[in-house]
Amino acid sequence: MTTPRTSRRLAGVALSAVLVLAAAGCGSDSDSSSSGGGGGGDKGPAAPTKLGKAEGELNLIAWAGYAEDGSNDPAYDWVTSFEKDSGCNVNVKTGNTSDEMVQLMKTGEYDGVSASGDATLRLIAGGDVAPVNTDLVPNYADISSFLKDTQYNSADGVNYGIPHGWGANLLMWNKKEVTPAPDSWSVVWEKDSPYAGKVTAYDSPIYIADAALYLMKTEPDLGIKNPYSLNQEQFDAAIALLEDQKANIGEYWADYLKAADAFGKGSLVLGTTWQVIANTIELDNPGTVETVLPKEGSTAWSDTWMVSSQAKHPNCMYLWMDHITSPKIQAQVSEYFGEAPANPKACTETSDPDHCKTFHAEDAAFAKQLWYWTTPTKSCLDGSGDDCIDYQRWTKAWNDLRGS
Amino acid sequence: MTSVPPTVATAPPHPRNGVGRRLSRLFSRHPRAQLGTMIGAPLAWLLVIYLGSLFALLLTSLYTTDPFTGDLVTTSTSSDNFRELIENPTFRTVVYRTVGIATAVTLIDLALALPIAFFMAKVATPRWRRVLAVSLVLPLWASYLVKAYSWRVILDPAGGVMKQSLGFSPGFGVTGATIVLAYLWLPYMALPIYAGLEKIPNSLLDASGDLGGRAGRTFWSVVLPLLKPAILAGAIFTFSLSLGDYITVQIVGGKAQVIGNVIYRDFGAGLIPAAAAFAFVPIAIMVGFLLMVRRSGALENL
Repeated sequence: MTTPRTSRRLAGVALSAVLVLAAAGCGSDSDSSSSGGGGGGDKGPAAPTKLGKAEGELNLIAWAGYAEDGSNDPAYDWVTSFEKDSGCNVNVKTGNTSDEMVQLMKTGEYDGVSASGDATLRLIAGGDVAPVNTDLVPNYADISSFLKDTQYNSADGVNYGIPHGWGANLLMWNKKEVTPAPDSWSVVWEKDSPYAGKVTAYDSPIYIADAALYLMKTEPDLGIKNPYSLNQEQFDAAIALLEDQKANIGEYWADYLKAADAFGKGSLVLGTTWQVIANTIELDNPGTVETVLPKEGSTAWSDTWMVSSQAKHPNCMYLWMDHITSPKIQAQVSEYFGEAPANPKACTETSDPDHCKTFHAEDAAFAKQLWYWTTPTKSCLDGSGDDCIDYQRWTKAWNDLRGS
Repeated sequence: MTSVPPTVATAPPHPRNGVGRRLSRLFSRHPRAQLGTMIGAPLAWLLVIYLGSLFALLLTSLYTTDPFTGDLVTTSTSSDNFRELIENPTFRTVVYRTVGIATAVTLIDLALALPIAFFMAKVATPRWRRVLAVSLVLPLWASYLVKAYSWRVILDPAGGVMKQSLGFSPGFGVTGATIVLAYLWLPYMALPIYAGLEKIPNSLLDASGDLGGRAGRTFWSVVLPLLKPAILAGAIFTFSLSLGDYITVQIVGGKAQVIGNVIYRDFGAGLIPAAAAFAFVPIAIMVGFLLMVRRSGALENL
């Protein structure tokens, strides 16, 4: 008889405990976020003036192929030598997309990140990364000057990172299945593709820019000047192109190993890629695929090593940034990933003497022709006004496209 | 061995008025305090961890995010995320697709589990029964991911195992995902049905036969009604597991997306409030499903 009453009372007590705890949780939540927001951009922690002792540990978020320890290919290992020289144990978390990297950086559990241009500004504005004192990175002096103090790695004259390298998203195809060899992005966009069901695309909202870039070259009437700066009409046209493409897509990829596996086995034969994926396939299935920079040009990335504003091992991070920009390591990493090194001194160290020429490493004019990943904002990046589609709407449109 | 008795002997005797003794006296005089202490901790755990996180989920779903940095804006609340759930047709498509897959998986598992469980419970010798029970549970010992990736090799439309041996393959997509989920969750359907069949006395089957009931009639009129709670218990497992899964769909689902993928995608893109709002959809579906089956007594068979 008393049991129901007791249990009801117990439940009441417990429920109020829950509410108190939840309220406490919210309180601390908003505290931390307001301080984080306030620290964004200009008032974040100051850059260190000198380095202390290495902390013995380093937690990185990196693009695939940026922090190799020899486990994928014993020939490519620049983490082990760093660990030996610096005494910092390196833990690497591979980020598949810029969005994922931004989310991971917000956890505050990582010391640094190799951020592309579409992540860097968001990280700076969110107060997730700290200013960098480039004097503490001796190799910074050698880095190509056109990569320094750009709008994606510094804000208000304050530097937020060390350039890593840059390159373009490439078109990859299966040599046996796709003939003739394509030289234009049109093969991934055409409606009646003979490769229906075997086409792939990068699974991130930023891929909308690839559609916009193709429209910029093929439909001048739309008046697209910058694939990251789209008004409603241009944006709708890009989404419509992506909807058409979806009929031909077999799988989208974000995980580079899954992409390599599908191309290696042949369930995917055509689509956008990174050179590192082609290199991974070459290791297991030599001669299967080929890549090209199509005649329309391409979307591209320019990556920057940034230090977390909550880094627990900042000294190790500075040592890492110097290590990764040293000529020898730059040569290795840029050849492995298939990109232009930020440090031109690497060009004499590459195993392929023409590597830097192939990737136009010192060709600032060429670098300017590529459309580097950047975060679309409401205020148009091409200066045409204030009614452009911001990245949140890119994300929602992409999620709609993927879900439907 | 020999050193043990001396230690016991030298241990000091229990003090008559120690804390333990006083507590036990208190509890014997106040049985309600005893009950409260006993279930208090697990109950608090359940309420704080489970209901607390649900509450946090609800709260999060009412927030918005900064369009540029993706940071949570907690200064104001809005029901925009829920409105979008209702108004955006994509979400509806995803929900229908997910519920469709979960229903198909449940029906496939039921069709497979009934004969297997019947054979185990009523036909097989005790020795065989044990072998079958072990082989049914055995796949649960392998990692879920390993099994899903193995199915990727089987389903691969370009020269996978199925393509080579059968000449065709459904490839990666909704069909592939349904097959793999049905494979993964089969034990969760077969085991409750097996347990349910074991409870049905053979004499009932004999009696039905004696009264002229053929196999089909016996199954429909005797076995199935008695087995209904067990079937529903299994269905709760297969349905809810399929409803919440997204990794299998990621591996073998091709470009298809289910509720879990959309939540994962929103979360990865920093749209955490939208993810939280969408998370209420499977919860609502499951609560509805449980309310439906509650009357059948299936919940007692879990």
